[in-house]
Amino acid sequence: MTTENKTVESIPAITIRFAGDSGDGMQLVGTRFTDTSAVFGNDLATLPAFPAEIRAPQGTIAGVSSFQVQIADFDILTPGDNPDVLVAMNPAALKAHLHDLAPNGMLILNEDAFDEKNITKAGYKVDPRESGELDGYRIFQVPMEKLTKEALEEFDLPGRAVLRSKNMIALGLISWTFNRPLEDTENWINAKFSKLPEIAKANVKALKTGYNFGITTEAFHHTYIVEKASLPPGEYTNINGNIGLSWGLIAAAEKANLGLFYGSYPITPASDILHELSKHKNFNVITFQAEDEIAAAAASVGASFTGKLAVTGTSGPGLALKSETISLALSAELPLVVVNVQRGGPSTGLPTKPEQSDLMFALYGRHGESPLPVVAAKSPSHAFYAAFEASRIALKYMTPVILLSDNYVATGSEPWNLPDTDGLKDLDTNIITKLNTEDGFLPFLRNVDTFARPWALPGTPGLEYRVGGLEKEEGTGNVSYDSANHQYMTDMRAWKVSNIANDIDQLEIHGDESADTIVLGWGSTYGGITQAVNRLNEKGVKVASAHFVHLNPFPDNTLEVISKFKQVIIPELNTGQLLKLIREAFLVDARGINKVAGEPFTAQELADKIEGIINE
Amino acid sequence: MSKVPVTYKRTDMQSDQEVKWCPGCGDYTILASVQNFMAEMGISKEKIVFVSGIGCAARFPYYMNTYGVHSIHGRAPAVATGVSVSNPDLSVWVVSGDGDALSIGGNHLIHALRKNVNIKILMFNNQIYGLTKGQYSPTSEEGKKTKSSPFGSVEMPLNPMSLALGAEATFVARSIDMDRDLTASILEEAKNHKGSAFVEIYQNCNVFNDKAFELLTSKETRVANKINLVHGEKTVFGEDGHKAVVIRNGIAEIVDTKDVDESEIYVHNIYEENPTTAFSLSRLSHGPYGPTPLGVFRKVERDSYTEDVHGQIDLAKEQKGEGELDKLIRSLGTWDVS
Repeated sequence: MTTENKTVESIPAITIRFAGDSGDGMQLVGTRFTDTSAVFGNDLATLPAFPAEIRAPQGTIAGVSSFQVQIADFDILTPGDNPDVLVAMNPAALKAHLHDLAPNGMLILNEDAFDEKNITKAGYKVDPRESGELDGYRIFQVPMEKLTKEALEEFDLPGRAVLRSKNMIALGLISWTFNRPLEDTENWINAKFSKLPEIAKANVKALKTGYNFGITTEAFHHTYIVEKASLPPGEYTNINGNIGLSWGLIAAAEKANLGLFYGSYPITPASDILHELSKHKNFNVITFQAEDEIAAAAASVGASFTGKLAVTGTSGPGLALKSETISLALSAELPLVVVNVQRGGPSTGLPTKPEQSDLMFALYGRHGESPLPVVAAKSPSHAFYAAFEASRIALKYMTPVILLSDNYVATGSEPWNLPDTDGLKDLDTNIITKLNTEDGFLPFLRNVDTFARPWALPGTPGLEYRVGGLEKEEGTGNVSYDSANHQYMTDMRAWKVSNIANDIDQLEIHGDESADTIVLGWGSTYGGITQAVNRLNEKGVKVASAHFVHLNPFPDNTLEVISKFKQVIIPELNTGQLLKLIREAFLVDARGINKVAGEPFTAQELADKIEGIINE
Repeated sequence: MSKVPVTYKRTDMQSDQEVKWCPGCGDYTILASVQNFMAEMGISKEKIVFVSGIGCAARFPYYMNTYGVHSIHGRAPAVATGVSVSNPDLSVWVVSGDGDALSIGGNHLIHALRKNVNIKILMFNNQIYGLTKGQYSPTSEEGKKTKSSPFGSVEMPLNPMSLALGAEATFVARSIDMDRDLTASILEEAKNHKGSAFVEIYQNCNVFNDKAFELLTSKETRVANKINLVHGEKTVFGEDGHKAVVIRNGIAEIVDTKDVDESEIYVHNIYEENPTTAFSLSRLSHGPYGPTPLGVFRKVERDSYTEDVHGQIDLAKEQKGEGELDKLIRSLGTWDVS
């Protein structure tokens, strides 16, 4: 790789945001840069953001799609706060993202898109390049469309197909700027367009043209290098949360020696779990794309009754539709994992934006007294383990479990130090093949430790039994309207869930244990909170944090942890749901840091707010 | 479907639970028909699963000494789909009612039928909501006066046979509670059918909608009103066969037998691929208010969803081998950090 005598500056980390029209291929450029950096050995985290519309009107703010990635030579937990580099493919992308760009940040503009029409469409009254509002940034104007056209002149391609390659100019230029080799992306292009060699060649040419533009143009004085991160040794892959979660389910089914059944109805941002699982039928995976959310859940209950690790997946509005069916699984005491990839609500809300506003719904969104365990994934790679854990609990305790993810975990990616799959523990089930009393089969005769009932599967002779949503008599499982029995069964279902607190990982304290203040979080705020606490500790502010994976029941030591601190702060991407739960359960005067803006917290935003509360 | 040469007594098929329908309910007759049939159908009872939704009919699984799920309102076809694809060796039966299957569960019914999931759906049609004590249902006749329609229902009822045929069902049949032989013969046909079978069974609710099917059951009127559809036979009915069904311009009509040439009388063919004639037969009556066809309307071969799902799984294993976790988690490419 040559940089033609331009200076190479080594930097510890860089955050780059690619922004353009939905059709400009920004997600692709971001993913390619990410994968190349992953293979290079950086630590990284990504934040894709795209509109709910597939192709919103071109050139408008509504149609802007973006992809942010932070790469670093050290262990990072978030996709970065404010980007150091913004690539804006048109005026709308500039307008939508400029406010986030760090002071003195590098701004790379596709200058060919800055015509009067696009400038007006973006809502600018005057050309932003001339109004002074870009003062304070390092601006690089690149004629990406002109470069693309010139570079691809030799190919016999229609004009539209040519212009589609302009994202490769941007990727080539950024690859040069940050000293990333092109081979990985070249291989990727050739594989992707193996049946369209002209297109493959054209894209590779555009990529190289962008790279060479960096070398030759005088505007770029020097380049940057982010060295390999000193990550723990191991074999890594770059994983997003939806794929991690899917693989966690497959792993759980394997370790339980069961087939996997996934019932789902397409919904953003959970659909990729359905897509991923439907690829892996050779793992005995049955995917059922149902006629609606209810059928997806109901078929999963049928699969559970028949002996599958049954999972139904959705996002917020779909969880509402599944509510009655989850109650059936709860009442029939059948194992079921219910995945909710949260998005902005209520109603259709913000389908492509992250939010943590379904926590209360997960805990309480059912009729009747219907407690069930709730587990939350805290990062893309953790989604694998969270799915495994939710499955473990469902199978061991014969109960539906809600597994919460969110758009940030689901679509963001990070390097994952691959586990030794032999080290994943085998999962116990309650499958029964013989009578459990001398007098016959009692489908509700419970395990004395877990309170789980036996799981008799159709096809097993002698254990024929009927189960449903009507109240059941303890032991026999026969329909019972007896008042004392209903009291007992209601209490039993609650005990069964609260008893799980003995069987889950304890809450761990991170940061300064001698501090007076602890920050509690759950789900996707893990990276932001942990990084904020690290920064505060580094500058001498005493603060600790702890992160919940289990939201119901809370780990046994939660009270003990909270009692060590005078002050409890709870950041959440909602208006204060864990906050209410903690205040209610532990009678502490916890404070919330809350945001529902369709975007995650940045680490600095949290650090500032936490410090502000500590200093009050 | 694995078959073992087993036969049971009817009592072997009865669970130990007390049957709690109203005395005189048509459900008792259907239960007896089903239990008798199942005792002799040659499938061992641990392989039989009954799935129901909510309603009077939906209590059915509790009375069968087989596996059973009493699920939630309208969702039985979806639950049963999960059961069927999870274990294709099972004989899966759905018991539903007109409200359960056609109103709250209409969506699941049509999709189970079009997919041809290997489940047998018995829909007891009493044209009323019984368990909620007497509101009109999606099959109640227009003008029906009930607690929720004191001035008469203003709704056009559904024709379940037409609906099922329109939903691409491969097996469509109708019986009536009192005709045990007909019910048994339809169940036998349904059992052997590959994929979904939809069987409507007219069922008298003697408390909230008594005598709804009297035209088809009473000695005085039944001969004149039961059109028995028998494969390969001319469709004649009434006293001494004096009425006949003909198909003119694709439309089924009832004529006096003496008025038509014998060759014009419709010879029933349940295997006809095109559902048009079966649909036309379903339009001969829009409820039990005159001459009404009973029997198998349609029985055609199509791959079942259950089989096809497993066919894809088997193919994937053949092509890719049994899944290996270690390969899976490396499938997106990896790099080493030392």
